[in-house]
This record gives sequence, structure tokens and C-alpha cells, in this order.
Amino acid sequence: MAAKKLNLKDKYRLLTRDLDWEFSYQDREKAFPFEEFEGIKITDWSKWEDPFRLTMDSYWKYQAEKEKKLYAIFDAFSQNNGHLNVTDERYVNALKIFLTGVSPLEYQAFQGFAHTGRQLGGVGARTACQMQSLDELRHVQTQIHAMSHYNKFFDGFQDFSHMHDRVWYLSVPKSFFNDARSGGPFEFMVAIGFSFEYVLTNLLFVPFMSGAAHNGDMATVTFGFSAQSDEARHMTLGLEVIKFLLEQHEDNLPIVQKWIDKWFWRGTRLLTIVAMMMDYMLPNKVMSWKEAWEIYFEEAGGALFKDLARYGITMPEGAKLAEKEKEHISHQAWWTFYTHGHAAGFHTWIPSDEELDWLSAQYPDTFDKYYRPRWELAKKMEAEGNRFYTKALPQLCTTCQIPMLFTEMDDPTQISYRSSEYKGEKYHFCSDGCQHIFDDEPEKYIQSWLPVHQIFQGNCGGPGVEDILKDYYKMNLGADNMDIEGSPDQQRWQQWKNKAS
Amino acid sequence: MTIEIKTATLEPVRNTYAHIERRFGDKPATRYQEATFDVQAETNLHYRPLWQPEYELEDERRTAIQMEDWYALKDPRQFYYGTYVQQRAKMQEGAENNFSFFEKRDLAGRLSDELKQKVIRYLVPLRHVEHTANLNNMYCAAYGYGTAVTQAMLFDGADRLGIAQYLSRIGLLLDGNSGEALQEAKAFWMDDAVWQGMRALCESSLVIEDWFELFVAQDIVVDGLMHSLFYEQFDQWLAENGGQDIAMLTEFMQQWSKEVARWSDSVLKAAAAESDHNKQLISEWASKWRGKAGEAFAPLAQEMLGDGALESALAQLDKRLQKAGLAQ
Amino acid sequence: MSKVYLALQDNDVSRYIVEAVEEDNPDVTAQYMPAMVRLEADGQLIVKRETVEEKLGRDWDVQELHLNLITLGGNVDEDDDQISLTWNQ
Repeated sequence: MAAKKLNLKDKYRLLTRDLDWEFSYQDREKAFPFEEFEGIKITDWSKWEDPFRLTMDSYWKYQAEKEKKLYAIFDAFSQNNGHLNVTDERYVNALKIFLTGVSPLEYQAFQGFAHTGRQLGGVGARTACQMQSLDELRHVQTQIHAMSHYNKFFDGFQDFSHMHDRVWYLSVPKSFFNDARSGGPFEFMVAIGFSFEYVLTNLLFVPFMSGAAHNGDMATVTFGFSAQSDEARHMTLGLEVIKFLLEQHEDNLPIVQKWIDKWFWRGTRLLTIVAMMMDYMLPNKVMSWKEAWEIYFEEAGGALFKDLARYGITMPEGAKLAEKEKEHISHQAWWTFYTHGHAAGFHTWIPSDEELDWLSAQYPDTFDKYYRPRWELAKKMEAEGNRFYTKALPQLCTTCQIPMLFTEMDDPTQISYRSSEYKGEKYHFCSDGCQHIFDDEPEKYIQSWLPVHQIFQGNCGGPGVEDILKDYYKMNLGADNMDIEGSPDQQRWQQWKNKAS
Repeated sequence: MTIEIKTATLEPVRNTYAHIERRFGDKPATRYQEATFDVQAETNLHYRPLWQPEYELEDERRTAIQMEDWYALKDPRQFYYGTYVQQRAKMQEGAENNFSFFEKRDLAGRLSDELKQKVIRYLVPLRHVEHTANLNNMYCAAYGYGTAVTQAMLFDGADRLGIAQYLSRIGLLLDGNSGEALQEAKAFWMDDAVWQGMRALCESSLVIEDWFELFVAQDIVVDGLMHSLFYEQFDQWLAENGGQDIAMLTEFMQQWSKEVARWSDSVLKAAAAESDHNKQLISEWASKWRGKAGEAFAPLAQEMLGDGALESALAQLDKRLQKAGLAQ
Repeated sequence: MSKVYLALQDNDVSRYIVEAVEEDNPDVTAQYMPAMVRLEADGQLIVKRETVEEKLGRDWDVQELHLNLITLGGNVDEDDDQISLTWNQ
């Protein structure tokens, strides 16, 4: 009997899609209990279009090839002391933020997609989530391994996991992902699969990894681009989720739109830290945050939302404001860290004159007017031996947990400040977006573990800030924090470089 | 361009991450250690899940067993993602060669219709059991505690999808890619009396809430019996009855079962050794699911292999449980 | 018409893929950035297996594209012979 040739689609359907069955002995809803409480209506899972059709054996084959290449480079990197090739010792601080702030999110993504990979009712959708779950585990582990060599030579990497659970600014990324995972399975898919992976993740990886390439950091470029090769699959899944939900039932549209609005805003706030890394922390710049935002959100996201208009989906609510904020947020964030440099797990610095000029050129409408004068003043004070630190603990936004550092966009000298009352308590927010998110689900956000509140309540040791940093955060004071100028990192760097030349 | 660096100036400041040092001392760590230990968040979680407000997102209480340190449930294979996929890639290359050899030489054509029918009736429906195992291990990955065990569960879940797909391909080799064998096998699964016990067992495993109980039910009891009955005893029967070529197509599963049992035995043993509380719970679960699975497999084992087959599989399982220190 | 795009790691295999894409999509633009190359076209972009195989001089599975892919924009449709990216308007 001559076997007929199967094309990819048919083969995938036969191998995968027909594995599930109608239950006879148990209530199927008990096996998949979380499908209905969010109000999403699924009428027919068989309409799911597989976003990619990788069978497990092909997955193993291609992923193993990627891993083989990646680890060969990691080995070469550490054997050849690759850390000596980065632009300068300042650069490494961007990696500290990455490992303490971003890598643990990859872990949460692994568990989040394991959850949807178990809970969604359709086998096609589940399988796609399961592969993404594996990929996300890959990402956290390759990042830990890529940073392992840096950890041996620089301070601030060593307790990334402990710090992620405790340090004040790291509750921003942690709560972002906790928020998504604690939503129902469909909200998680829209939050992470679509809003984050499709709309925003390019802004994290592509410019930042190009930045690593520009700054001689081979280990990071390699894991970054290797991770991105999985990301293309994730983006396709994220887009399919949206299309599927909208095609299943018209009642899904307002729910999905609400989630897109929410998660666009949550994501935009989270990316503030990337904006800061790109504009201030990369010694060799690739492009400004503003430019990256224009390419990856305004242009690419614009095309996407135009395409989704046929379903009735509109641009996220906060997009207009974000367009204005692209001129400001990186400056406002780096200034906040500079003035709280004693409490950060990485080093800060004042941009060099050359860098200030670059920022002026990149941000002609805002930098000279609002931000350059601050840096000139800080420089003067530092030269006079009056390095300025803000001793007070900052007030945090209840939703995004970022200190109140953002300004009104029509008056960039005025801090943007909102508040809501709930059950007799007052809650504070950095923006309309964050306030709306709270007002929609107050019972969720009153649970927020706000680091500054927790400190005041005595839940983080103390009483002094130094005790908290040292004992509760496990920071090595004088090594992990404060200025790059005079830090052990800098001293070692200069020693290596002198010996090397 | 050569850079001469005095090695003394390039002494590392530390050998590994601080949490790894706290566990294993100040020395270079393995990639498995760095990728695994203390990676999962443990405290200061922000919001209770809307879908399970009685628990935190990461919560030790999703199983009744208790561990002082969940990272004691480590993987003797020391699989992290990179070593896992590379090991499976090797195995799939072997499987791919076997499948294409089988196809190219039309080894299906050498099988009698009767024998083909046996494979469709007994082996191909296992794809649905594997699909169940896929979901059950994903469950443990999603709701388990500590990276040591959750990552291994994730790998197991992925393996089971892979095996379900290999079993489906066996069907396609027998039906010339028409999909008829898969339909026929599914009809057995759905309606034939001999499979209904198994299907009911699978459905009931999918509603188990305690993830460690689920691990015992699926990865120890059901998998143990399945391995013995299908990949040892039925394989032996095939070899003796002109179906030895089928073994080429199940080689992946044979190899896999042996490898994975090393891991599942070690997790079982470590959890049982932790306390009498654990030991008692696990023993209860093992005996409860041994009873249910024994009943579910019985008609199949009888029809497929005759007398004594199930007893022999159960004896093997009992030996494993004993080795893990569990009372019968 | 919105732009679809594909970004590849800048390596040897990608060079052949870029060549194939340029041949099959006359209006595509290739932009070289640090460590990556970005291919962009109006409305649609196709990577054809046959053309890539011709350039590489060997068999090439469409799914191998994932080894070199960094990111993409557009609706994806993948089968044995090609992968296409499109926007519907």
C-alpha cells in the first residue's frame, strides 16, 4: 500500500488535535474548572487555528540545536574572560537589573503557561501554551547561566532571587506578573500572550540586545537573540488567542478590549526600566527609547491594531498618553534611581558630557528644557563634595508600584498624582491608567505587597534603612549599591584594564 | 590582537550565586544547581489567584505532603532545559531513523492483518493515556512547589505529548497515512468494553486535586503498570509472534521509561523519607491507585496477554514501592 | 498598507534566506542593525522553501527558519512550502 503524503497541517491535526475526547465518567468541567468564570464564551475549540505546527520531536530537535550553539558561546565567553570586552564597568549594571528584575518573570511565565497549558479546553491551544511554558523555563535558565560568569566578577548579581522577592523597585516587575497569573486563564493569555509578547516584548529584547551587541557583551546578545527566536512563536500564539476569542463570540469583545487597555498600561509602566537602561545605562547607545517606542509600538503596534479593527478592537486607552511619555520617562526614572542610589542594588552615575549631548540631540523637545539642568546641578554638587541623596522613602503607586516619579504630560514639572477611596482607605496612583485598573478590581489591588508600606509596618526588619538593605535585602553595602565612582566594581575593572594594556 | 593578563588579577570575587553558596558552600556550582535551586519565588506574593483564592500563587499547601526543603525532590538526571532537550534530541534522532527505515522498507507490509489489528487495538489507543499523562504532569508543573520538581514535571509532560505523537505515527504507518487506524483506535478507546476501565481511570486522574497524589497515581502507578504490560510483556509477545519490527517504533518509549523511572523513584523515595506523615499519605495514595489501576488494566491485560500478566506488572510495581520505603 | 517585517540573526544561513526573500519579494527592504537584519515589506512577505533550498544548495525545512528568527510582525501562515506574513488591510 503506497502511503499518501501528509502535509504539515494534516499531519499536525492527526498527531495532536484528536488526542482529547468527550468525557463519560467524570464531569469535564471538574477537569477544566476555570474556563467560564471570566465571562469569556467559547463555543467551539475546534475552530482554534494552530499558530505553529511543531510536533514535540521537532521541538526537541530545533531547540537542542539552539541550546548547543548557545552553551558553546557561554563556555567560550567564560574561558576567555569575555567580561573584559564590554564597553566599561558601567554597562554591567544594566545586566544586574535584567537578572534581578526580568529573569524571575520568565520563571513566572513558565508557571503561568503551564497553568493555561493544563487548563484551556482545546488541545491545540493547550499544546501551544505548553511549548511556551518550556521556552520560558529555557529563558530563565539561560539567563542565569549567561549571567553566571558576570556574577563571579561583579557585585549585585549574587542574590537575584532573594532580592526579587523583597527589594522595593523589584516589586514592580514581580507584581506585574503576579497580577497576570492571578487573573483567569484567558486574562493571562491576553495579558502575557498578546499584550506583552506581541505588543511590547520587542521593546524589551530587540533594542536591548542590539545594545548588548554594541557594548561587546557577547553572552547577553547570544541568549537574547536565541530567546527571541522562541519569541516569534509566542507572538504568533498571542495573536491567535485574540483572533480566536473575538471570533468565538461577540460578547468577548468588551472583555478583551478591557484587558488590552489594562495590560497595555501595566506593560508600558513596566518598560520604564527598559527606557532607562537604553538611554542611560548603555555606554554605547543603539537608539533612544523614544525611537524604539516609535518603531516597535507606534509603527508595528499601529499596523497590528489597524488589522484588529475588523473585530472592533481599538488602540489601547493609554496609547495617546504613552506617546507623550516617551519623551520623559527614561529621564524621570534614572533621576529617581540616581537620587536613591544608596538603596539600589546596582550603581548609578551622572551621564558624561558626551552622553548629555546625545540625550539633548535625541530629545530636542524635552531634555534641555526639563532634565539637563538637573544633571548639570547634580554634577556641580558632586564636584563640590555634596553628592545628593533623597533620604525619604518614596510613595508608591498602588497599582504599578513605581514611586510617584511621573509628571503630568502637559506640565512636566508637576508630579502626576491620583487617588481613590475604597472601604474608607485612600489609595494613591501615578496615572489615570493605574487608577482605572484599581477602580475596576479594588479587591485585588488592596492586596498589593507595597515595599514601602511594608517597611513602615516593620515587616522588613530595620529600623534603619541600612539595616533593611543589609539584613532583609541581603545587599552588600558599599559594594552593591551607591555610585559607580569608587565602587569595588570600578576598582577591579581599572585593575584588569591596566594589567591588560 | 592578544591580551596578556596575569591570572592573579582575574581571580573571581565569588564562585557562584549567594543562594547556591548558602546551600552547597563556596565553590564553583554546576549548571543544574544554578538553574534549579531557589529560583521560584517564595514570599511576598502580591495577589491571591482569582481562580483559587484559598491559595497563594506559589503555595506549599496544594499537596498534603510536607517538606522542610522542597529542593530535596531533585532530579538524579540533573536535567535543566538545555540538558533535557539535548538528551531528547538524541533520542528523537534514533526514533526518526527507525520510523523512516520502517516506512522505506515497508515493514508494515510484512505484518499480518491480524497482527496489525492487535497493534491498533492495544498500542495505538495508548495515545489517549499519554495525553492524560501530559495533562497530569503539566498540572504538577503548574501547581507543584520548587523548581527541582516542577521543571522535571514539565519535562515529563512534554515527553508524554511526544510519545502520544509517536503512537499516532505508528497508527499512520499502519493505515498508509489515511488516519483510519487512529479513528479505529479512538473508537476502541471510546466504546470498547476492554478500554472503558482505562478511560474511566484517566478521567478520574484528571480531577485529582492534590498534585503529589496525582504524581503517585500517574507517574508511579499507571506508568509503572503501562510500561510492564505494553512495553515489556506485549513487546515480548510481538517478538514471539512475527511482530518484532514494531519494537523499532517503541524503542523511544522503552528507553524513556527506564530513564524516567530513575527520576520518579527518587522523588518518591525522598518525599517518603522526609517524615512518617508523608510516608503514610503516599502509601495510602499508592494503594488506592494501585487498586483502581489494577482493576482498570485487568480486562486489557487478560485479553492482550492472558493469565498472569497483570500480576507480574503489579509485582514489579510493588517492588518499586518497597524500594521507596513504602508499606504495602 | 501596513508594513510586515521579519528580523533574522545576522549569520551565514540568514544571508541565504535574505537573498531568497529579496528574490521572491521584489519590494522588500533589508536593514542591517547590530547583530541582526530586518526585512520589511508592504502588506505581505513570503519566505519560500524552494528558493531558500536553491540558495543554500541543500534541503531546508520551513521550520528551520525558527533557528535564525528574532521577531516578526504580521499574521503568520506556515505550511510545508512557505511561511507568509500578511496584514489584511
